[in-house]
Amino acid sequence: MNYLQHLGHSTLKSLAKLGRASLFFYTIITALPYVLMRPKLLIKQMFSVGVLSFWLIIISGLFVGMVIGLQGVYTLSTYGAEGSLGIMVAASLVRELGPVISALLFAGRAGSALTAEIGLMKTTEQLSGMEMMAIDPIKYIIAPRFLAGFLSLPLLALLFSSLGILGGHLTGVELLHVDVGSYWVQMQSAIDFYDDIVNGIIKSVIFAWIISWIALFEGYDALPTSAGISSATTRTVVNSAFAILFFDLLLTAIMFGSA
Amino acid sequence: MISIRNLTFSRGEQKIFDNISLDIMPHKITAIMGPSGAGKTTLLKLIGGQLIPDTGSITVDGKNIHQLSRAQLYTLRKKMGMLFQSGALLSDMSVFDNIAFPIREHTQLPENIIHTLVLLKLNAVGLRGARHLMPSELSGGMARRVAMARAIALDPEVIMYDEPFTGQDPISLGVLVRLIQTLNKTLQLTSIIVSHDVEETTSIADYIYVLSQGQIAGQGTPKELAESDSEWVQQFMHGKADGPVPFHYPCDSFTADLLAH
Ligand SMILES: Nc1ncnc2c1ncn2[C@@H]1O[C@H](COP(=O)(O)OP(=O)(O)O)[C@@H](O)[C@H]1O
Ligand SMILES: [Mg+2]
Repeated sequence: MNYLQHLGHSTLKSLAKLGRASLFFYTIITALPYVLMRPKLLIKQMFSVGVLSFWLIIISGLFVGMVIGLQGVYTLSTYGAEGSLGIMVAASLVRELGPVISALLFAGRAGSALTAEIGLMKTTEQLSGMEMMAIDPIKYIIAPRFLAGFLSLPLLALLFSSLGILGGHLTGVELLHVDVGSYWVQMQSAIDFYDDIVNGIIKSVIFAWIISWIALFEGYDALPTSAGISSATTRTVVNSAFAILFFDLLLTAIMFGSA
Repeated sequence: MISIRNLTFSRGEQKIFDNISLDIMPHKITAIMGPSGAGKTTLLKLIGGQLIPDTGSITVDGKNIHQLSRAQLYTLRKKMGMLFQSGALLSDMSVFDNIAFPIREHTQLPENIIHTLVLLKLNAVGLRGARHLMPSELSGGMARRVAMARAIALDPEVIMYDEPFTGQDPISLGVLVRLIQTLNKTLQLTSIIVSHDVEETTSIADYIYVLSQGQIAGQGTPKELAESDSEWVQQFMHGKADGPVPFHYPCDSFTADLLAH
C-alpha cells in the first residue's frame, strides 16, 4: 500500500514536472522572435556557450579520431582492407560518434553551466527583479541561451567529426602508413552527403534541442537554495545523457534501420 | 493608491495571510512590520503581481492587478519600483549598466541622455563613483543602494522596499533612512517599507501595519502603535523576548525531548 502510494505520488510529480517543462518550452518558442530582433543578445550567448566547450570538443575529437585510426588499422588489416580506413573513420564519426560524444561533452560542460547560472540568478532574485522591472526574463535571459545552445552544438559536432577525421589520418596514415590516397578518396566516394552528413546533423540538432531545454528548465525550476542548484546541475547532466542515448538509438533505427 | 481586500494566501498547508485588508495611502510612507517569516516579502510579491492570491483582491491605481492581462500588468509594473532584500542586481553587468538597463529596455532615449539619467540616480544614492564596479565588488549596503537607484530609474509612482535596513552599518543606515524620506518627498512617491527594524521604520513611517500569524495584529501611526494596548504589539515594538509571541519554534517540552533518548 505504502509502496503504491509512493509510486503514485512520484508519477504525479514527474507528470507535473513534464507539464511545467512543456509550458516552459512553449514560452521560449513564443519569445524567439524577440531574440531574433536582438542579435546582440544571441551572439553574446553563442560566444559564451560555444567558447565553454570549444577546446574540449577539439581535443576530444582529435583523440577519438586517433584511437579509431589505430583500432581501424588493426581490425581492417586482418582482411587486408586498410585502404577502407577512411570510410570507417568518417562513417563512425559523422553518423554516431560525432553527434553523440559532442552532445555528451556539451551537456557536461555547457549544459551544467547553464543550469547553475540560471539557478543562481533565480536564487539571487535576479529573475524576479527583472519581472518587477517589467522585463520578461524568458525573453531576455532564457530564450537567447536556448537559441545559442541550439545553434552551437551542431557546429561543434561538425568540428568534432572534422577533427576526428584528421586524427584518423594522423594515426592511420602518418603513423601506420595506410595509403594517403585511399584514406581520403575512398572516404569521399563512400560517404553520402544526404545519408551520412545530413542525418548526422539532424541528430545533433535534436540533441541540441534536448540539452538546451533540459539545462534551462532545470535551472529555472531549481529550488532557490545552494543545495537546489547543485542537485539541478546533476539532473541536467544525468537526464541529458539518458535522453541523448535514447534518442540516438531511436534516430539510428529510423535513419539507418531499413538499409 | 493600493488597497488590499480580504486577501487570503497559502503556501501548501501553511496559511500565510488569512483574510487581511489594508490600504496604502498615496504619497505617504507606509510600513509593514512583522517578525521574520510573517509573510512580508510575500505581500510585496502579491502587490507586484508575481504571486496570485487564493481569494481577495489587490487594486493598484484602481486596477485589480490579478485581472490584468500580462501586457497590462507589465505596463503597471513600470510605475512600481521594487527593492529586493538581496538587491537582485544583474551579476553580469556593471553598476552603471544595471541602472541603465530598465531605461534602455523601456525607453528610446539616446545614450547621452541615459548617461545623464544614470549618473543622477547614482548621485542620489551617493555612489556615482562606483559606476564602473561589478555587483560582486560591492558590499551588501552598497548593493542595496545601487538597487535603490535602479528602482527609481524609471521614475515610478510606487516604490516598495524589502528590508532596506537589514545588514547596514550605522552610517549607511542613517543615509538610507534619510534617502527614503527625501525620495518620498521630492519625487512624490508612494512608499511601502517592509521591515522588522522598529526604530528606523517608526522614525519615517506615516502609517504602520503590524503582521502576525496571517493577521494584522495592529495598525496606526507610529505614535498610536507605541501607545497600543495590544500585548502583542507592545512585545514587537519593544523587542521583548517574553510575551504572546514565543521565542521557540513550536515543539515538545525540553524535558520530554531529552528523555526521549
Ligand atoms: N518560494 C517559497 N516556497 C515555499 N514557501 C515559501 C517560499 N517563500 C517563502 N515561503 C514561506 O512563506 C512564509 C513567509 O515568507 P516571507 O514572505 O519571505 O516572510 P518575511 O519576508 O516576512 O520574512 C515563510 O514561512 C516562508 O518559509
Ligand atoms: Mg522577507
